[in-house]
Amino acid sequence: MAAVTMVVNGNSVSAEAEGRTLLVEFLRETLHLTGTHVGCDTSQCGACVVHVSGKAVKACTMFAQEAEGAEVATIEGMAEPDGSLSRLQQAFQDHHGLQCGFCTPGMIMSAAALLRENPKPDEAEIRAYLEGNICRCTGYHNIIRAIMAASGQELPQLASQ
Amino acid sequence: MYSFDIEQPKTIADAVAALAGDEEAMALGGGQTLIPTLKARLAAPSRLISLTAIPEMHGICMDDDGRVCIGASTTHAEVAEGVRASYPALSALAGHIGDPAVRNRGTLGGSIANNDPSACYPAAALGSGATIITNARAIAADDFFTGLFETCLEEGEIITELRFSVPEAASYQKFAQPASRFALVGVFLARFSDGVRVAVTGASEGGVYRWSDAEAALNEDFSAAALEGIAASPQGMIGDIHASPEYRAHLVGVMTRRAVAAAS
Repeated sequence: MAAVTMVVNGNSVSAEAEGRTLLVEFLRETLHLTGTHVGCDTSQCGACVVHVSGKAVKACTMFAQEAEGAEVATIEGMAEPDGSLSRLQQAFQDHHGLQCGFCTPGMIMSAAALLRENPKPDEAEIRAYLEGNICRCTGYHNIIRAIMAASGQELPQLASQ
Repeated sequence: MYSFDIEQPKTIADAVAALAGDEEAMALGGGQTLIPTLKARLAAPSRLISLTAIPEMHGICMDDDGRVCIGASTTHAEVAEGVRASYPALSALAGHIGDPAVRNRGTLGGSIANNDPSACYPAAALGSGATIITNARAIAADDFFTGLFETCLEEGEIITELRFSVPEAASYQKFAQPASRFALVGVFLARFSDGVRVAVTGASEGGVYRWSDAEAALNEDFSAAALEGIAASPQGMIGDIHASPEYRAHLVGVMTRRAVAAAS
């Protein structure tokens, strides 16, 4: 066990973690931030995507101790300070970008990372960036429309529709 | 996972000392392969010595000989961005490994040291004739990859840097396995002033290799037509639920011709 200190959603936190404790386990079980989901636990589904030092990573494939001193952002930190949904979250709601909602935290975190790198992504760029986020409801079209809307773009007929 | 401790040394010397003092310790790069391996209880290290917190193992620069030098703990995303102008084929390869979140953690050195037979980077290193720098020595890529998940690294030896000679023209063509995004077959082709190198990943049971027949033909005539009549043998190719040895052998030809066309 070792003491781990990191800044999660702007709050400094410190707690004990074993070497083998994954970042996602630390977030969910130690900090009780259960918005970050574990879908596959094999680095493939993306439900556990969070930001570490500004980069989207799969929290199931990183150890908590490796986030020592880092700034971590999770879905719990995405809303506005007054509790209202962020523009991206609101767009997911407005465009029905979620069905069961299990993949949504990872989708939002990946989409937020994309929009930071590329404020006006086209459909192909969105699809490429979400390659590591799987929606078992197969609701991809509306997720893409939500991200285009959140980035202030017109909603064209998607190439695949 | 079995229980272990993690150490995060800040210098190469400290990392080497930590590994040397404990036979059961393992080096940890970005963890994108090792962590799933640990979850499957296929490894039981006493300690993981992380190599990602060592500043001298990060970053990209150009040396006096015009080689692109990349620290072993540089992530795939950083390589994709950092060599976009200096070595576009390598940038494109790095930018298509896994997915964005994997590319933000996975490291060049980790991929090279693991030598997965379907990984992309070994093809780039072998195809470029890169030099692999460790804490102890400099190793030519031709000598480095010795078999399936096997390299010539000694116990406790760590890769600190790779140096890539930049070819006149190059292309990496990957036929991705759609679920894993590893290469079902990948071909890294590089044309230097003194010859063409063709490195194939994903295909052989022996791991990454150079396709010497194609190199000889392309040295005579650098065109896709020069490869007509040359076929890779299915002998020794990987066969699994995704592709038979015959299909992989066929793809080696297809991907090589595409690489020649892209690099022409």
